[in-house]
Amino acid sequence: MDLLAHLPALQVVVPLLAAPLIVMLQPRGLAWAGATAVALMSFAIAVTLALAVLNGHTSEYAMGGWPAPFGITLAVDALSALMLLVVTGAGAAALLAGKPSIDQQIEPSRQPLFYSAWLLAMSGLVGIVVAADAFNIFVFMEISSLASYILIAGGPDRRALPAVFKYLIMGTIGATFYLIGVGLIYMMTGTLNLADMEARIGDVSDINPILVAAGFITIGLALKAAVFPLHVWVPNAYTQAPHMVTAFLAACATKVALYVLIRFDYMVLQAELVDHVIQFALFAMPLAILGILVASAVAMFEGHLKRLLASSSIAQIGYILLGASFVSVAGLSASAAHLFNHALAKGGLFLAVACLAYQYRDLRLSQLGGASTRMPWTCGAFVVCGLSLIGVPGTAGFISKWLLINAALQSGPWGWALVGIILLSSLMAVVYIWRIVEALYFQAPIAEHAEAPLTEAPLQLLLVTAAIAILNIYFGLFPQVPLELANSAASVLLEGRL
Amino acid sequence: MTAESAILVAIGLPLVGALLIALAGRIGANVREAATALTSISLIWVVWGMLPTIMQGGRPAVEVSQVMPGLSIAFTVEPLGMLFAALASGLWLINSLYSVGYMRGNHEKHQTRFYACFALALSATVGIAFAGNLFTLFLFYELLTLSTYPLVSHKGDPATVRSARIYLGVLLSTSIGLFLPAIIWTYSVAGSGDFTPGGILAGKLNDPEIGLLLALFVFGIGKAAVMPVHKWLPAAMVAPTPVSALLHAVAVVKAGVFAVTKIIVYVFGIEFLFAAPSSQWLLYVAAFTIICASVVALRQTNIKRLLAYSTIAQLSYVVMAAAILKPLAEVGASLHMVAHAFGKITLFFAAGAIYVASKKTEIHQLRGIGRRMPWTMAAFTIGALSMIGVPPTAGFVSKWYILAGAFEANNLVAVFTIIASTVLNAAYFLPILYMAWFEREQEGGKDHGEAPILAVIALCLTAILTLAFFLFNGPVIELESQVVQGLNQL
Repeated sequence: MDLLAHLPALQVVVPLLAAPLIVMLQPRGLAWAGATAVALMSFAIAVTLALAVLNGHTSEYAMGGWPAPFGITLAVDALSALMLLVVTGAGAAALLAGKPSIDQQIEPSRQPLFYSAWLLAMSGLVGIVVAADAFNIFVFMEISSLASYILIAGGPDRRALPAVFKYLIMGTIGATFYLIGVGLIYMMTGTLNLADMEARIGDVSDINPILVAAGFITIGLALKAAVFPLHVWVPNAYTQAPHMVTAFLAACATKVALYVLIRFDYMVLQAELVDHVIQFALFAMPLAILGILVASAVAMFEGHLKRLLASSSIAQIGYILLGASFVSVAGLSASAAHLFNHALAKGGLFLAVACLAYQYRDLRLSQLGGASTRMPWTCGAFVVCGLSLIGVPGTAGFISKWLLINAALQSGPWGWALVGIILLSSLMAVVYIWRIVEALYFQAPIAEHAEAPLTEAPLQLLLVTAAIAILNIYFGLFPQVPLELANSAASVLLEGRL
Repeated sequence: MTAESAILVAIGLPLVGALLIALAGRIGANVREAATALTSISLIWVVWGMLPTIMQGGRPAVEVSQVMPGLSIAFTVEPLGMLFAALASGLWLINSLYSVGYMRGNHEKHQTRFYACFALALSATVGIAFAGNLFTLFLFYELLTLSTYPLVSHKGDPATVRSARIYLGVLLSTSIGLFLPAIIWTYSVAGSGDFTPGGILAGKLNDPEIGLLLALFVFGIGKAAVMPVHKWLPAAMVAPTPVSALLHAVAVVKAGVFAVTKIIVYVFGIEFLFAAPSSQWLLYVAAFTIICASVVALRQTNIKRLLAYSTIAQLSYVVMAAAILKPLAEVGASLHMVAHAFGKITLFFAAGAIYVASKKTEIHQLRGIGRRMPWTMAAFTIGALSMIGVPPTAGFVSKWYILAGAFEANNLVAVFTIIASTVLNAAYFLPILYMAWFEREQEGGKDHGEAPILAVIALCLTAILTLAFFLFNGPVIELESQVVQGLNQL
């Protein structure tokens, strides 16, 4: 077998094995260099896999040569390839940029452990994406969750501890619900392999346990994905986490849970369960709409930069769920495209926040006056990513909004109302992004900064942030690659069903 | 250089220029101003170089990126866009001359940002002018809003930021809330958004919906300032005067009426829309805006605000002319874009020159100012006469065509609106002229002369253009007749 065939396994194994080795690299620069190299390697693997998928090779990998449904299998199709790009890209970009910010926030002696936890979180997240059986998804989910608890609590701010405790409780409930659901399905079908499950659900004599399982799994994953109203752990966790951790996790962590939710629902449940399509749509759509509107409204009145962006993330999760709830190719490809585009926009925004935080300790909007004259490049990158979040044409965010609106129009008589909601929430995004812009550009600096010669963030941090901002524009003008992945992801998920 | 590559160069040039200006700003003010001049001269060279091709009936087109199937970034040059781009690029040079005088005379801050954003705004304007489909138009429309925001909020004090918020709020919310749905609707009904002679909607949309779609477009394009989405224009007057002059008398507002005209001609199609009773409302709303804005202008005491309301009225002239839906009126609409541009930029230049020289902003302060600033006030007079439509000024030519179109369509509402608004225009401009030339100055005022020489040269140039357009409008009429060529024979 050539190397390409092993890539799905390497994608998980490389960061997983590197994690304990990083701990031993005590001089702190080395630990960072090692972790970054591993993350970049993972990203390279993800790019190779995505290219293979674009050329029509979906890879399946049987661990140890045991074939499915007996052995553990890993599978990479278009949706997972897109997700892998997001996860490894976010992890690698944040590490590459993040050394100055991490040096500032994490004491040197704990840094090797921190980087090790980072790689564990990354391998857990990619593990969830490539795993093709329900139990391994759970295992990787636990790995990634435990590692991200460490990452979030790793900062200098002690307030992170209650935040992470809340996250831990909610996350554990979510994971447990998921496990209960998987257990019920295993009880009825005798298999854990997703493809096998799908095939056998049709033969199950009593459908009730499956329905209960669907409920447990949907709610458990919705908790992990911060779907409104199960999102309460997000604002504090994102706000108190070290800035680079926020940039990494905000770009991909909740999206991975949403990915599992979509995959489980479409691959396993929808094919055979009678009327499940309607149940899922009727459950997800109101929550998505409420999430979009309520979280955007909260963001409009939020006074802390990171909390504001965290609220906006909850609204954006609503968009992705809304697309999925249409149960159509157009809707799913809009969701998949938004997974990618929102990661670009929000990742870029949080990187810019990390740049700002390098010079401004207090990230309340009222404290950020005059930032534009001191950090013009950072603020410029922030504005570009903010425009992408709003969905201004020419940026990546516009592409997925356009797809989502088209999907809404095709979804039936209520399409126009949904378009209205999407446009309304775009306007709300204008308001909350512009509050930040006005604070950065027009507010007078507060007294203690008035004299201090604040300058730009370190070049390393700035370059990556600027690169992400440019990518936001690039993928707004030339979105062919993510769109192709998103479209084929949607048709794979709905294969033969509509 | 082929005409196809000229399109891309014309859009790219100001972008490169903005970068050059930003870099040159670190070296020195003179180098920076040289960069602006160089960029605007080369832009004129490129844009005006395309004129012969278009005059001969060429329609160069280029596609940059197929964003999604059916949705592409593409440019096509046709007579309307050609005229708009030629106008904007030509006046940019004169405006740059004026800006140097104004910004230095006023000791404004952040001048590098000012010139760089100006260049960006011009790039967006050329992009709008050459847009080959609705999506591309929307892209550059939003870019124009965003690039002019720093210009409007230039001063940065709380009152200015508040006004800039209204500016951005109205323009973005109308464009996202109404314009975008209209575009999506068009794409989903017609399958494309390409600007095609004769329109793309014929036979694909039925009657009440036609009127609704038209409403989404007209009110979604907030830059056209049709009431009730006009509030941003007076708010934008907090900007430095060169911005008000070029952007809020020419580029931005003309981008609005240009987009409306272009959509009426190339998306709906004149004949298709003429046959639809539900599209009639546009004429009445435009007529209402003309009268109403003129009445509001009567009551203004601040010079720039008066000019802003006058602009709102004049923009609706273009919309109304387009809404008459007759070939002569469409030509009149495009002529009025030019005529109003020359006249109004002169008026704004004069208002700015008065401010630089004397710090006067109110109308009642203008008593006797004609003797101190004869050149400025002479230009102001020419501009004002053009607004009223007195020969031998540019305003007369376009009004003539619009009236001819209105008679062709037997549209008495349009005829009476034009007559009434001419009276109103005279009622608010003539007292100012009388005051400036014939009344005595108040005692104890500041002793001042003319504004900086560059500003005076600029405003004299545009005043001369206003007069010249009355005599030498042949090429423009010839060019714009191409838009309605197929229809003349009907």
